[in-house]
Amino acid sequence: MGTTNWELLWPKIWTALLQTLQMVTIAMVLASIFGVLLGLVLYSTRPGHILANKFVFALLNGVINVIRPIPFIIFIVAIGPLTRAVIGTTIGTNAAIFALTIVASLSIARIVENNLVAVDPGAIEAGRAMGARPLRILFTIVVPEGLGALILGLTYMMVALIDATAVAGLVGGGGLGDLAMVYGYQRFDSTVMLVIIVFLIILVQLAQYGGNALSRKILRRG
Amino acid sequence: MASKSNVLDQPVQPLNDAAGRDEMIRFENVSKIFDSRGERVQALKDVNLSVARGDIFGVVGYSGAGKSTLLRTINGLEIPSTGKVLVDGADIGALNGKQLSAARQNIGMIFQQFNLLLSRNIFQNIAYPLRLAGVSKAETKKRVYELLDFVGLGDKAKAYPEQLSGGQKQRVGIARALANRPAVLICDEATSALDPQTTGEVLDLLKKVNREYGITILLITHEMDVIRKICNKVAVMEGGTVVEHGGVYEVFSDPQAPVTSRFVSSVLDHRPGTEAIEHIRKTHRGQLVQIEVKDEGSSDPFLSRIARKRNVDFNIVYGGVNELQSRVFGSLTVELLGSGPDIELALDDLAQVAEIRKAG
Repeated sequence: MGTTNWELLWPKIWTALLQTLQMVTIAMVLASIFGVLLGLVLYSTRPGHILANKFVFALLNGVINVIRPIPFIIFIVAIGPLTRAVIGTTIGTNAAIFALTIVASLSIARIVENNLVAVDPGAIEAGRAMGARPLRILFTIVVPEGLGALILGLTYMMVALIDATAVAGLVGGGGLGDLAMVYGYQRFDSTVMLVIIVFLIILVQLAQYGGNALSRKILRRG
Repeated sequence: MASKSNVLDQPVQPLNDAAGRDEMIRFENVSKIFDSRGERVQALKDVNLSVARGDIFGVVGYSGAGKSTLLRTINGLEIPSTGKVLVDGADIGALNGKQLSAARQNIGMIFQQFNLLLSRNIFQNIAYPLRLAGVSKAETKKRVYELLDFVGLGDKAKAYPEQLSGGQKQRVGIARALANRPAVLICDEATSALDPQTTGEVLDLLKKVNREYGITILLITHEMDVIRKICNKVAVMEGGTVVEHGGVYEVFSDPQAPVTSRFVSSVLDHRPGTEAIEHIRKTHRGQLVQIEVKDEGSSDPFLSRIARKRNVDFNIVYGGVNELQSRVFGSLTVELLGSGPDIELALDDLAQVAEIRKAG
């Protein structure tokens, strides 16, 4: 343990932390946009819902069900050709962000759908009875009523993303997870690994705390 | 069936009832079949009803009688499988999305579970239908506070639904339903989730809505007490059909269908059942006779008059008299004591002035 050269390590940890934050933040922002949109479509087109459409629902539902069970470590490699076509390379932080965004979008779509389905059907019926049209109901009743739970779902996704970035090292994406693997797993330097784990725990705690606080604020209704 | 289609082909004429008021809601041969996974359930069978402008019309029935489905055809939340529903002259089933949306703003609705938007405060809940109708911000504010005053919640504008009691939530529901000054208010078991005291307050408020704004109210309930307290017309439903309908006084004082009798006796327990008769028999061994009391404007003290004339004594053993729609009605069960022939003569006399039935 005495051999650990901390002067050399701190800059590496710092760089890795920034890479993790970069990957998580960018993937989260992009995935939130795509995921929420997909989730809204998924919710609305469900049988019996406000814009029920068997074809659209089955297609989207199918894609999500096929991709979500694939372990991320395999998925990130498997979509290499697509990553090359879009990003121009299959290695590096951007390549990792691309794969993270796809997986997170589909997960968020499912989270959005699940949370919106739980919105009281009575509130939706009240909207219909007042003469609100389907899209109006979606954006002024379903989404606001489900928002508190939705934020908790997105927080869960953010934590899962921090977790998933550990695999990014595989495509040279870097990040804290990668560093922990290199030092802890490959060099048996458990001190470095522990330090990095503490950083990861702090990151997860911060994300969870922020999400909880925001959700509580919304659920307390004002 | 051929004659039915002829009727439907004719242009719809607004009808007038006996009081000369025009018709607000009409159900014409309304049937509804739900088809879920190959199982066909007929929720409504050929319902025909007419609700006049200004009525407080109650539909009563046990759960599964079809009353909720019937109510939902009024604002198109359910569309009849056959037949049609006319509201203020408009055939609800024939409207396109935009027209239906506009028609719904003319039909307020309140719910058993209130169905307020939990993410909005009371002001925003009541303002919601006004925003839908494109009312200006200033006008909305004025109208919302007007409505809050009307329902007695002037100080609750900033509160959230979770902070209100059930009765207060329903008041908000009523304010929201009235926001766009509808012609009709439909109430889906609006007091079933409330305690008796709060139920009374909400019913009083509905009466005020009807009286002050002239809004026609159609409500459904499984509580006959609700009908007794505020309705002027009633329809009794069973198995998807209307088994009996008419003025509340007429239906209560002379129920025809067995289900109607059951409902009436749930609130007006004037006539003794078999158990009560058995119990009475333990102490009263004379001739029991049930006398129906009707509001006929007569001041004839017939009971004591006949008793004196025929030399019999009478003993009131069961009964009750109520006021309904400002008229009284009820039933008294009386024990007659005397000699056999005297009692027979007294019964003959009674039968001439009142509706009687030997009991026990």
